[in-house]
Amino acid sequence: MSMTADSMPGMAMGEEGGKMAVMPPNKPVKAVSSSLGDTIFFNITRAFALIALLMLAGIIVSLVYAAWPSIQKYGLPFVWTSDWNPPAEKFGALIPIYGTIVTSIIALVIAVPVSFGIALFLTELSPAWLRRPLGTAIELLAGIPSIVYGMWGLLVFAPIFSKYIQPPLGATLGNLPLVGKLFAGPPIGIGLLCAGIILAIMIIPFIASVMRDVFEVTPAMLKESAYGVGATTWEVVWNVVLPYTKVGALGGVMLGLGRALGETMAVTFVIGNTNFLNSASLFEPGNSITSALANEFGEASPGLHTAALIELGLILFVITFVVLAFSKLLLMRLAKGEGSKS
Amino acid sequence: MNLHQSRYLTNRVALALSLSAMAFGIFWLMWILWTVLDLGIAGLSLDLFTKMTPPPGAKEAGGLANAIAGSAIMVGLATAIGTPIGILSGVYLAEYGQSTWLGNVTRFINDVLLSAPSIVIGLFIYAVYVAQVGGFSGWAGVIALALIVIPVVVRTTENMLILVPNSLREAVYALGARKWEVILKVTIRASKAGIITGILLAVARIAGETAPLLFTSLSNQFWSLNLNEPMANLPVTIFKFAMSPFTDWQQLAWAGVFLITLGVLAINVAARVLFQEKR
Repeated sequence: MSMTADSMPGMAMGEEGGKMAVMPPNKPVKAVSSSLGDTIFFNITRAFALIALLMLAGIIVSLVYAAWPSIQKYGLPFVWTSDWNPPAEKFGALIPIYGTIVTSIIALVIAVPVSFGIALFLTELSPAWLRRPLGTAIELLAGIPSIVYGMWGLLVFAPIFSKYIQPPLGATLGNLPLVGKLFAGPPIGIGLLCAGIILAIMIIPFIASVMRDVFEVTPAMLKESAYGVGATTWEVVWNVVLPYTKVGALGGVMLGLGRALGETMAVTFVIGNTNFLNSASLFEPGNSITSALANEFGEASPGLHTAALIELGLILFVITFVVLAFSKLLLMRLAKGEGSKS
Repeated sequence: MNLHQSRYLTNRVALALSLSAMAFGIFWLMWILWTVLDLGIAGLSLDLFTKMTPPPGAKEAGGLANAIAGSAIMVGLATAIGTPIGILSGVYLAEYGQSTWLGNVTRFINDVLLSAPSIVIGLFIYAVYVAQVGGFSGWAGVIALALIVIPVVVRTTENMLILVPNSLREAVYALGARKWEVILKVTIRASKAGIITGILLAVARIAGETAPLLFTSLSNQFWSLNLNEPMANLPVTIFKFAMSPFTDWQQLAWAGVFLITLGVLAINVAARVLFQEKR
């Protein structure tokens, strides 16, 4: 959503916000000024500010507690065991973790260059009157609920994908050495590659709008100097804008990765939902952490099966938390640098 | 080819690629919207709003009345619960916690939770509420959605309060107002449009959320306004119907997707217009 992008200017302005509310030093009534109303109001707002911390702690503690039977029984090998057989009470997370990571990588490989192109277009190329409507259109794409992408992917995109895109892909890339293995197998539409593409369409708007916002941070003076010595638009973007904003642009990519890892509905519809994986082909159906949860949790019997699924959720939360925290740190670094350099 | 030519050729190619990237992005938006309009409008009828979701193999096509009502109730309650919490927390961040330890940590975690996977929120509520109470319920869904509303409202509230010029605050202090009076009577009022924008965006966000409802409110085939029982809602119903092999169920799912998409886009546009007017 555009909120995350909005946080940038907000943070930049935080510095001057800190100096507000300074009482005149020689005000005689200062001792009385910490009235009861002020104390109460301050403490109420502070208590509510603690909710974010409580939520984080609550999520981690409750998931660890609920997943404990599984953590205790399977230990660390849970992460690299590929057996997932609920009736036999054998649980290993390798296939969902593999599916989550592979679909997210496919999504990034497609979405990052496209988002960069869109951000470049919106900041440097677009005529001024088109900038707002196009930017809004991209942001609206980010607002569409993921279930819409999922359903569209399953019922509209997957059939077209299996008929017109997968066979040529298999016939060309499939014959290459090494890479060929990724594009082998029958074109059935749904599968890891299809899920990755739908994810890419979903995260393009997130990455593109962050990139556009950070590109706009580049001081006009820097760009004009480069144009002044005869640089082309591309050279200005590649040699001036991108080096200046690379931290923030990477933050945007990480934000998109965090979204892709944790996305549920867009993936569940099109990934195929199977816990068996026999080849390295991206055409194969698979499973991701989120799709395993969405499909199995409702029918899971209490006990080990539920605990194992919750452990999957815990793993997902830890991974996305690290990725998103990293993204936030990068964006904060750009916002700080902005004050000192310009 | 000399250096000059190759530089200009590179530039041309790069700009052409940039243009095609933009076209690529717009292409998907158009394609998805067109499909939703085309198939969604075909499924629209009065039955959609008056009849219940059909059982498998039913002779007459049903509607989505119970799902629409359930979604409206849950989204409404979740917004009502999450908004005040989010606003107060945002007030702390903007007015008291600009550079305090608690403020910085809260701001950071809030921004991470803003993009955290919503299915994990569902699992969390399952573990602390559903598993303890012993059953899926509308309330569990409401709490899960409220937890998604909070970070969105916190972020916008803080951003909007920071935009209020300090001279305005100082003017009120000069009249002898206390800090809490300044905040409640002046700064919050001055940023009202922005805060409402944030609330609208939060509503748009949770209206289409499916993952956190799967293990909390579940779904219900019948009309039920009892929040202590599983409650029907649009997203989960769409999920169930779209995955089914029955064409009439898929038709209903398209109609549901049409309603959600239209609602979410309308709210998004309204939020933007409201925010622009204020500026």
